[in-house]
This record gives sequence, C-alpha cells and structure tokens, in this order.
Amino acid sequence: MNMDLIRDRMLAFKHNEDGVGFSKIRSEAIDLFEQVGIPTSRNEEWKYTRLGGLFQSPFTFPEMSMEVIEYSANYLPGHDTANIIVFVDGVYSSVQSKVTSKGLQIMSLEEGHKKYPSFVEAHLGDSQRYIQDGIIALNTALIHGGVFIFAEKGKLIDKPLYIYHLVGCQRNNMLSQPRSLVHIAPGAQLQIVETYVSIGQKESLTNEVMEVIVEEGALFDYVKIQHDAVHANHLGTTYIRQIGKSVVHTVNLTFQGKLVRNNIQIIMEAMHSEAYLYGLYVQDDKMHVDNHTVVDNRVPNCYSNELYKGVLTGHSTGVFNGKIFVREDAQKINAFQSNKNILLSETATINTKPQLEIYADDVKCSHGCTVGRLDEEGLFYLQSRGVSEGVAKALMLHSFMMDVLEQIKDVELREYIDQLIVNKLHLS
Amino acid sequence: MLRIKDLQAGIEGKQILKGINLEIGAGEVHAIMGPNGSGKSTLASVLAGRPEYEVTGGSVTFNGKDLLEFSPEARAGEGLFLAFQYPVEIPGLSTTNFIKTAVNEVRKYRGQQELDAVSFLKVMKEKMKLMEMDQALLTRALNEGFSGGEKKRNEIFQMAMLEPKLAVLDETDSGLDIDAIRIVSDGVNKFRSKDNAVLAITHYQRLLDYIVPDFVHVLYNGRIVKSGSKELALELEERGYDFIKNEIKEEAAA
Repeated sequence: MNMDLIRDRMLAFKHNEDGVGFSKIRSEAIDLFEQVGIPTSRNEEWKYTRLGGLFQSPFTFPEMSMEVIEYSANYLPGHDTANIIVFVDGVYSSVQSKVTSKGLQIMSLEEGHKKYPSFVEAHLGDSQRYIQDGIIALNTALIHGGVFIFAEKGKLIDKPLYIYHLVGCQRNNMLSQPRSLVHIAPGAQLQIVETYVSIGQKESLTNEVMEVIVEEGALFDYVKIQHDAVHANHLGTTYIRQIGKSVVHTVNLTFQGKLVRNNIQIIMEAMHSEAYLYGLYVQDDKMHVDNHTVVDNRVPNCYSNELYKGVLTGHSTGVFNGKIFVREDAQKINAFQSNKNILLSETATINTKPQLEIYADDVKCSHGCTVGRLDEEGLFYLQSRGVSEGVAKALMLHSFMMDVLEQIKDVELREYIDQLIVNKLHLS
Repeated sequence: MLRIKDLQAGIEGKQILKGINLEIGAGEVHAIMGPNGSGKSTLASVLAGRPEYEVTGGSVTFNGKDLLEFSPEARAGEGLFLAFQYPVEIPGLSTTNFIKTAVNEVRKYRGQQELDAVSFLKVMKEKMKLMEMDQALLTRALNEGFSGGEKKRNEIFQMAMLEPKLAVLDETDSGLDIDAIRIVSDGVNKFRSKDNAVLAITHYQRLLDYIVPDFVHVLYNGRIVKSGSKELALELEERGYDFIKNEIKEEAAA
C-alpha cells in the first residue's frame, strides 16, 4: 500500500513539468526504481540492514510551504558567523539560509539549473548512474526543493557551511528527501558540516542524497553529525567525485537515531588525488548503524586512508562495509583501511566486512578490522592510580576514539562533539 | 603500616602464594627477591587488587584497615602505589591529563581539595625537576612508544605525584640499562621518608645497590623462606638461588 503511495507521488512528479528540466532524470529514476525497488536483505549491499519495516506505514510527504522552525538549541558552535543552509522536511528553505563568505553561492537546485545548466545537467544524478540502488532512485525520482552549492574558482571559503536538516515529526511518519549538488571549482576549498534535527515525537525517515564534484586543486572537507532523535531513521548517500587532482577529507559521526545508514562513495578520477575517510559510531539501546564506504581508484598514483571506529552497548547492532576498488591500470595506489570496534555489552553486535577488489598489480593496499572489549589491563592500570572505574572507562573509551576525534580540525566543533559523546555514554 | 598474615592467593584455581607473612613499618625499605615463578609478581598484584587474582586465605592490613576489602582505586586512595613491571600503553590518552585526573581523584578520596590547572602545573613542575623527568614525555600519549626506561621513569614520576604511603616496585629494574636504573633509583630515594615505605620486588641484587634495603626476604615457591639484612642479597647474588633451594631440601629431609 505504501509503495502505491510512492508510485502515485512519482507519477505526479513525472507529469509535473513546472518549468524545471528535471523530468528526464526523474523518469530514469522512476524506471530504475520500478526495476529494483526498495532494497531487501537479499541484496548484498543491504544484507544486515532491513528496510522493509520503514516502508510499511504510510508516509507524509512534505509541503512546499516552508515553516520556520526554531532550532537554536541545536546550533553548532560558530553558528552566528557560519554559512547556513536549512532544510525543512527535506526542502531547502532559502529564508532560513544565509551566506557570509565571499566566493560561496547557495541557491535552489532549480535556480542552479537555470544559472549553470550544463554543469547541473552533467552531474545531477551521477550517484544513481554509479550504483543502481533503490534508495538513491527513490530520492532522485522525487527531486524537488534541492539545493545547489557552488564554491567559486580559487576561493578559500573562510567559514564552514553548516547544513541543518530540520524535520517536523508532529505529522505522521514524514518522508523527507534532501537533495544537494555541490560544485567545488578548481582551486577552491570548502568545509561542509551537516547535522540533523527531528522535532516532535513521531517516527521519521530521511533519505538524503548529496553529490559533490571536486575539481583540480580543490579541497573538500566534510563532517556529518548524526545525533538526531531516537525515533529518527536516516539513509544518507554522499557521493563524491574527484574529477581533478584534489583532496577530500570526511568525518562521519553517528551518535543517535533509530536506523542509520551512511553511504560515502569517493570516486578518484584524477592522479595524485588524496582521500581521507574517518568515522565514529557510538550506539546504545536498539540503535542500528550501518556505514558503507567506497573508495574507487580509477587512475594511478592515488592515496586514501580510512579509519572507522565504533563503541556499541545495549542491544545495538552495527555494520561496517568498506570497499576499495583499484581498477585495471590504476597502478601505484596506496589505499589503507581499518575498522575497530569495542563492544561494551554481551548483546551488542557488529558485522564488519572489509572488501578489496584490486585489478592492478603494483599497488599497496591494506585492511583490517578488530572487535574487542575494553582493555582490562589498561582499566586496572588507571584504577591502580586511584581513578574510579567509571572515570577509567570513560578515559579508555575516549582515548580509543581520539584518533578519529582529532580529525575534526576546528577546536570548538571538536569539543562540541566530545561533549555529545560524554553525554551519550553517561561518562563523568 | 603493612601487615601480611598467612596470605594465600592464586589465579584460575592455581595456588601461587602459600602463606606469606610480612610486616613493613614506616620509614623502612624491604626487598623481596626470588627466582622466576616464586610468586613475586603475584604478591604485588594481590596487594594492588588486580581482579584476576583470588585471595583464598590470610589477611592484609594497611594502616589498620583491611586492604583486601578495597577496590584498586580505593587502595591508591589509601596510599598504596604499585609501579608496574609492564606499564600499559594507552594511545590517545595524554599523560598529563591522566596524571591530573589521578591526582585529583586521589585527593578527593583523601578529603583534600582538588587542584586547579595552575596549582597542578606548579606541583607537576616541582616533581618533574625532582625526578629529572623530561617534559616531552608528559605531552605524549600515556606510555605510547616509550622506551622501557621511559616507562619506568613515568611510573616513578606518577608515584611522586600521588604521594603514597607504601610504594611497591614490581621488577622496576627489569630491562633497564645502568643509567636508567640509577635515574629510577634516585627518584625512589628522593621519595623515601620516615613516614613512607618501599617494597622493592626484584630478581637481581643490582637494584639494591641503589635502593638500599633495611630488610631482604627470599620468596620461594609461594613462601618467604629466608629473611635478613642487605647482606642476604649479596649472598644470593654470589651463590645463586640454588643454595636456598638446597637449604630447603635439607630442611625437608631433616
């Protein structure tokens, strides 16, 4: 029944020619969605994350009329001077957004298409062409209210761009589908920090797609903070193409939510590019967090380093799947990957799967994963110095996470994240 | 200060300590020597409250209180310090932050006011000077990538910061070269006073050239089989542990 609702909605969009030229890509997405549908656990990519339950009850789709939602309690540090984008129920709200930095342009996807038609037509939908996934198709089939973000050539954007996703969960089972296309022009540098705020008590589902095109000499720094309400479900795809020699640095943090799936896909298409992927998930209760990453080395001489760490307690379940592809002729690749987990309870589980597919012969790649408990010897060492058990555990967990936390370069933001973790684990 | 009576303890059902008796008074330095496997490290672990070890008999009182009833952290608060044979590396934990946390937790336990950042740094600088501690070590992660000597110096520095009543040194000289032994021993000697005591556990006599004991005990097969003055350590060094083993055999035969 719910799928009918989605199909009706798709058809309405297909025939809606509101002067925006996205009908072609929507059509492709609808066709793809008809073929593949919502992923099931029979799909290897979704083996440990079952979406069926999310699509059983009817959704509410967002209205285009924008509510102004008060969210000051969720401001990130430096909010006042930062560049801000606000999405309400998955729809870009220009009135609540602002640009403070020179060289940064923010506009609706429709405006972006009018202003930069060739770029938007060339790249909007890149993610769907890369992986035939029902979730990405669902977002793409219903593209509207998206945002276009443009860091101009040679501009070092001096303030971060904060993207707040506000969802009003007063209404039933809101399906919000934020969409963004980011263009980092040659030589430009931009940091994006995304965070999610569900307001109200009803369960919600966010299905987000962000596509990022990084050009020659550019730098893209990305922090995703998932600390949403416990009844918020989140599916997110961040698809990044390094089409010129460039540096990408991502930190993906998940501390709260009901079911969370983070896809980060980095396609390295220019020699001597670098990609750094860091992740941290701290889970309790019945929280489910799934991190899927792809680093696709398509040309020689690229470097990537990936480190994801998790702390799981209660009945929570975690999934890590990290793929590294090294295509034929992509020689001299250095690609490293590591996933480390601490389980604090007998009932928490983690499924971790590193996956290397290498078709070149002169490469340096490594991967590894560990699952363990808190180091008893370290704990005793700290206790023997007079540190109480609770504080000793906190210090140990904190030190475990430190090498990921250090990757958040802004000190205030790092301290903010630190505090979220301390509160989450009820430490000291 | 410390009174150990007929202490029996083991690990995983295997008895290792088979009735230890030992008394240590304020101002004294005791050395426990013994061959490998005699139970030296087990004794240190049991005193510090390492959870894997199980006490099956006897008692330990520390300043009149039942030590074995206390958690490891409370033992530290009561004034017991164990310098580890193998100090643990904890990547990501800054040495300075850790020591500050430990000092304040112990002060809290002792009913003293916690030190603020400024007074902590002042105390730390004094002790660093006293212990000839390199500041660079303190800015690094706890013991991470430290050499054997650096780890042991860090142990002695922590001891100085926590101001214990009784310091138990578990094979503090093992793996150290002569310079490191001298530096670590200097630290211990500066710590000594009429109010505190040292229990030095060692396999070799050489440490006792630097930390001169008032009493030497020989631990063998879970029991203290011989006690004496510092000359006993020299005799052991000269004749080896076999002469003790032989003495015991003779006694058993008689």
